[in-house]
Amino acid sequence: MSAYVHLVPWIVLIPLAGFLINGLMGLASESFRNKKSLIGGIGTLAVFIPFLMAVWLLIAMQSDSEAASISLFTWIEAGNFTTDIGYRLDQLSLVMTLVVTGVGALIHFYSIGYMADDEGFWKFFAFLNLFIFAMLNLVLADNMLLLFLGWEGVGLCSYLLIGYWYTDMAKSDAAKKAFLYNRVGDFAFLIAMFMIFQVIGSLRFEDILAGTGLFTADQVFIIGLLILIGATGKSAQIPLFVWLPDAMAGPTSVSALIHAATMVTSGIYVISRMSPFFMISAELMLFVAVIGAFTAIIAATIALTKYDIKTVLAYSTVSQLGFMFLALGSGAYIAAMFHVVTHAFFKACLFLGSGSVIHAMHHVEHKLHDQGKDVHFDPQDMRYMGGLKDYLPSTYKTFLIATIAIAGIPPLAGFFSKDQILMMTFNAGMGEYGAVYFGLWGIGVVTAFLTAFYMFRLTFGTFHGSFRLPEKFEQARGSASYLHESPFTMTSVLWALAGLSIVGGFIGIPNFVVATFTGTSADVNIIGRWLDIVTLETELVLSKEVEWVLLFGAIIVALVAVFLAFRMYGEGQLEVSDKRISKRLGALYQVWDEKYKFDEIYEGGIVRPTVRFSDRFLAVFDMKAIDGFVNFVAALVRFFGSVFRYFQTGLVQTYAFGIVLGVILVVYMLLFR
Amino acid sequence: MIELDWYLGLSAVLFTIGVIGVLTRKNAIVIFMCAELMLNSVNLTLVSFSTQLADVHGQILVFFALCIAAAEAAVGLAIIIAIYRNNLTVDVSRINLLRW
Amino acid sequence: MESYIFVLFATLAVAAAIGMITSRDTVNSALFLVLNLISVAGIFLLLKAQFLAVVQVLVYGGAIMVLFLFVIMLLNLSDEENLLSRLSVKYILAFFLGVIVLAQLLYAISSYTGTLPDVSAEIVQIGTVESIGDALFNIYILPVLVTAMLLTAAVVGALLLAQRKLSDKKPND
Repeated sequence: MSAYVHLVPWIVLIPLAGFLINGLMGLASESFRNKKSLIGGIGTLAVFIPFLMAVWLLIAMQSDSEAASISLFTWIEAGNFTTDIGYRLDQLSLVMTLVVTGVGALIHFYSIGYMADDEGFWKFFAFLNLFIFAMLNLVLADNMLLLFLGWEGVGLCSYLLIGYWYTDMAKSDAAKKAFLYNRVGDFAFLIAMFMIFQVIGSLRFEDILAGTGLFTADQVFIIGLLILIGATGKSAQIPLFVWLPDAMAGPTSVSALIHAATMVTSGIYVISRMSPFFMISAELMLFVAVIGAFTAIIAATIALTKYDIKTVLAYSTVSQLGFMFLALGSGAYIAAMFHVVTHAFFKACLFLGSGSVIHAMHHVEHKLHDQGKDVHFDPQDMRYMGGLKDYLPSTYKTFLIATIAIAGIPPLAGFFSKDQILMMTFNAGMGEYGAVYFGLWGIGVVTAFLTAFYMFRLTFGTFHGSFRLPEKFEQARGSASYLHESPFTMTSVLWALAGLSIVGGFIGIPNFVVATFTGTSADVNIIGRWLDIVTLETELVLSKEVEWVLLFGAIIVALVAVFLAFRMYGEGQLEVSDKRISKRLGALYQVWDEKYKFDEIYEGGIVRPTVRFSDRFLAVFDMKAIDGFVNFVAALVRFFGSVFRYFQTGLVQTYAFGIVLGVILVVYMLLFR
Repeated sequence: MIELDWYLGLSAVLFTIGVIGVLTRKNAIVIFMCAELMLNSVNLTLVSFSTQLADVHGQILVFFALCIAAAEAAVGLAIIIAIYRNNLTVDVSRINLLRW
Repeated sequence: MESYIFVLFATLAVAAAIGMITSRDTVNSALFLVLNLISVAGIFLLLKAQFLAVVQVLVYGGAIMVLFLFVIMLLNLSDEENLLSRLSVKYILAFFLGVIVLAQLLYAISSYTGTLPDVSAEIVQIGTVESIGDALFNIYILPVLVTAMLLTAAVVGALLLAQRKLSDKKPND
């Protein structure tokens, strides 16, 4: 592999070049800004070429290839702390690179069509390229500091892109919220890095993973906890997940790329990378699993009550990320990474599909306004949609495919990865803290049920039944004819992602399925074989019979949920059925609808006291202490001025005194030194 | 000859008296004359060393110092006359416009 | 014999110097300075620097001090107060600084004695007109010419500084 590792810096630097070209040329010349196809082309190529390089590396690499590192130059050298800008090529980082550049390239292409009417087109693509650059730094870094650089970089790009339409106060507030919550996580991550450096003396992953024996049990727990907190910030888990639903204020491509496929998976990547470290402490693993499971179910219940399609998808992302954390906590790093890959496919497809729907609804609104009809509605609200499957056929079909995938229905991608996670969680029930893991498995199954249910609620509510806008607004009668399918640049991407959602699962067929039929132990789990060398997994101790039972159980759960959703929403009776549910569940539904009051708790418990504290205490401190100090300095200068005034008499004899004094001193120096 | 020390000691005493005079007197012309006294004492030092070392260059230096002192005296006195014309006094404690 | 002459001249020089700085009358100060210069010329003779002794009397005493006296009498200044009549901070401080300067100089002198070579027999040749003239016009010819220019510049400068303004001049001046 060391022969190919020279390709890695190019993979990282080409998106940076894209950022610089689009950014600088866009800043400099008006005419460049209007060449939207050129900008879009440069932006997309800047991600597509690295994807081709990654594919090349994939072909060259085998599942048992050694990891290879390449160091570009020494970044920091301070005392006995040295860090390089160095990249590490192994199976894990290559998988992430393929996802980032592959899905990224598709989304770039989609954005050419989606953002075509936007003024700051060049800025958008520049930021997207910058994001890819930071993300690649994150996944390819060979030391924690460079990873942290990428970590912060993606946080920054997330801020820039969420608040892309910054003139809207609510949107820029959402961007600020994302950045601040990320920051809390980053702080924890930084402290973890300090502690690791103290024990190991280096931040390179090679050194850390080789030296796991040097940590005491307490240190492992604390450092792991801190890294976990960092991961909850980036990957939107409890307690730091509240920024992700607000982040939907950004353009849909951004939601798809950053908040579904790539940035939010960085937490999972880090924990997978550090798997030997995490495996040391069973308590730590349990903590991770608990957080993951509870996040998954809480987010799923909230998604059940929401009408904004992007909000539902956002909570769905949080829930699926919870699944991945559950996998990590159960020692199933391969399953977690597998779910990262499949989730990228179908979630990106879902988000881009919703973008297509929103695009169409916007068009309807514009058309109505052009006719002078004063109709205002939220183009993302499901209650105004319905029956879109006749008007947006490609969008509908791809959306449906992705929904089937996320619901976990075989043989689509989501089924394989989700099933593997649940199986490994059940497997962990055989080990330490077994009872807890069984409970978590139960939560996971319920969440899988809810996932299928609310996702099909979303699909049916948006696409089935009849178009509801005319029912809500008298003036919108006949507006259904304004709905139209999105251009080819957008639908082609949808089909590509849908296709990947169909076949993507086959890289991870569980071995026992084939083994049962061939009678011998089989090794068809490609991704399992691939990642085995870089992560440390728990042993699979379940017998084949149990595995089959779990498999069928998962399928049945999913099908029941789909059936139920079809009965309740299939004809487009969205609000009616929702009312029935809320009546049945009463207070519980209320809690879900209010998002468990997470935002309110943070606002009241943290934000407002801080603001009050700064108003009362810091303002006083600022006035008295800081201003007082500055005034003191001024008074000091004035005092010295009044003293030195007496030196400037204007009399020659005074100056003669000074000269003689000086001569005496100089002669003294010469005589006695 | 007498010990060199004596000549140098005498020169030092004359120099000191000159310094005290510069710092003490109010009349600008007298201050100037004290400065001449200091120059003179240095000449004495140079000549005594020149004799001790049997080197004529010391005395050449004194010769030139003398010429320069003459030139300086001329110009300095012209300045004092100019100051007198403007202020009607040569009392240095009354000439302090440089204060501002 | 030499030492007696030296003591005589030295005492005279110091006394004249002190007299110069303590005298109330400006003219008296100038005359004391003349006395001082002549005593120093005498000491030059003791040091066998014949040429310089004569030049000292001629130039310093004869020309420069006469110039001083001209200016003093031109300005027609009134007498100063007696120096020691008021004991102000200035006098004490000046005296103090003077003492320190003297101490430093004497220290410097005392630490270097005994390191100089002995007097040789050629002394008599050093101070004569011939030897000085020889050095001046062979080795130091350039400084001599420059000094000539300097003196010219000084004369011009003095003229310029001291002249009355043109408007003050009466027509037949």
